[in-house]
Amino acid sequence: MAEFLSQYIYRWLAHSLAAVVHIALLLNLVAVGALMFIWLERKVAGRIQDRLGPTRVGGKFGWLQTLADGLKLITKEDLMPDGADEFLFKIAPYVSFCASFAAIIALPFAGGDMPFVAQHLNIGVFFIIAVLGLEVFGVILAGYSSASKWSLFGAMREAAQVVSYEVPLGLCAVVPVLIAGTMDLVYIGDAQAGPFWNWYLFHDPFTFIVFWVYFTCATASVNRAPFDLAEAESELVAGFHTEYSGLRWSFFFMAEYGSMMAVSLLASILFLGGWHGPVPVAKLLGLTFDNGPLWGYFGNLLGCINVLAKGVLGVTVMMWVRWTLPRLRIDQVITTCLKYCVPIAAACFLGATWWQFMWPNGIWLKSPLAVYELRENWPETGAATPADAVALSTERGAI
Amino acid sequence: MDQSVYWPTVFFWLYAAIACAFGVAVVLSSNIVRMAFYLVLSLAATAGLFFLAGADFVGAMQLLIYVGGTLVLLIFGVMLTSQDRFVSIKTGREELWIAALVGGCLLSMLVWAAVSVPEWKGLDRASAEAVPLEPTAAPLGMGLLGARVDAPDRSGYLLIFEIVSVHLLVVLLGAAYLARARQKRSSAV
Repeated sequence: MAEFLSQYIYRWLAHSLAAVVHIALLLNLVAVGALMFIWLERKVAGRIQDRLGPTRVGGKFGWLQTLADGLKLITKEDLMPDGADEFLFKIAPYVSFCASFAAIIALPFAGGDMPFVAQHLNIGVFFIIAVLGLEVFGVILAGYSSASKWSLFGAMREAAQVVSYEVPLGLCAVVPVLIAGTMDLVYIGDAQAGPFWNWYLFHDPFTFIVFWVYFTCATASVNRAPFDLAEAESELVAGFHTEYSGLRWSFFFMAEYGSMMAVSLLASILFLGGWHGPVPVAKLLGLTFDNGPLWGYFGNLLGCINVLAKGVLGVTVMMWVRWTLPRLRIDQVITTCLKYCVPIAAACFLGATWWQFMWPNGIWLKSPLAVYELRENWPETGAATPADAVALSTERGAI
Repeated sequence: MDQSVYWPTVFFWLYAAIACAFGVAVVLSSNIVRMAFYLVLSLAATAGLFFLAGADFVGAMQLLIYVGGTLVLLIFGVMLTSQDRFVSIKTGREELWIAALVGGCLLSMLVWAAVSVPEWKGLDRASAEAVPLEPTAAPLGMGLLGARVDAPDRSGYLLIFEIVSVHLLVVLLGAAYLARARQKRSSAV
């Protein structure tokens, strides 16, 4: 976008404008996403507990409940405990929020020749995992500077938990990187183009297991129930945010929902095909860049909707889990990580490596679409007949 | 347009100033958690410098290892030293002198090294803009596996890489050995 604009205006202005547009879009994703998710969480919780949830504010389904909550939070007094470390106490929510927002910068929302991504990083997966791990820093600062033992306990638990769960999370995220052969999220997403059996979830049995381990670890690393030990209200009042009120408190929740969305989007790109849907609608309709930039743009828009839908689905599953399972004890949380998640992830990593080594492009799940295209374009491959072209490509492992 | 501001330079000075300012703040502060916070900002600004130089892998590594590592450092700092509610560290006069001496020596040596090596002189603007931005992760990985793409004889760092890996494995096993439960737990988990 910056290159496009700099044809018409000053270069610095073009870059600034492009940056502002990207930031505004992503901030809206986080903020409006949080608004929607809080409403959704209440509805999901209500339905699971056999009640209605919010029904009054803003029509039949209580759409505007979160907005009303937000207004209430803005009018609340911004309290700070007497003995608190003022500077750290005030800055902690922003640290959390910045980390969760910075992770979304490198997330692509559509691929192809013109990917929808604010900052196309060659090492996207790695960057996102590194930055998401920093969110806990705000929590620790908050817990420490509140001068309250509940906050400190919550922060310490969170630190132990997040540092432990980074290990299996990294091991799981490495598996799609291994199969795609790159850490670039745009390429990982595009490597799963086509119908749903091209997704890495169905690549081999090991990736299928790894996905569930990833999801467990992601739930734990964004500090959601049943792993929300840091705010265990039955024992720690409210954990690390006990002393917070008003808008600062809500910043922690924006950060939490933001990183929930970030890990769900990452899961959908790594395992669920990203912007490539269960059915390749954009391709069937001809919405690709081969048919001109406008059609390609619409195709990307469709992909963007697709990946966001998958992300929202992931977040909804996290909510479902939260209201279904009871909270674990801290020793159980660490046991789950070190005795189950890490060995399973490590074994599946080795298994996926072995599978990739033996059958580099899968054994039975050949893409019919690729076969179809090959049959259409067989003269280009130099084979004698269409069947020969398919056989040759299969031999080379191209499809 | 050639007379316009060269933005990478501006961002270099910005990140460098942030890194240095918070580095000084670490030294001047006496509260251990604030120190850790300033250290994180300083290291993050250094990661920004790496990203600016096009070394995105090293930058992300800096974020993961140093900034994330400071976090663990902070936890230990709080857990192991906490007597009062807010830990503060006082430095004696002699320690201050020794630290200034050591730090000054290191700084002068680094500055001297940075200025004296002719290959490290900055490029002029035209040649700086001509340098293509290349991905760094794959060459780094190849180098660690013993096949450097940039060296003519393909000599890599496989041995060093393996030694470091085995060393880390030993450390992990040692930590697990030290941290294991000494006797059987009486209650079932």
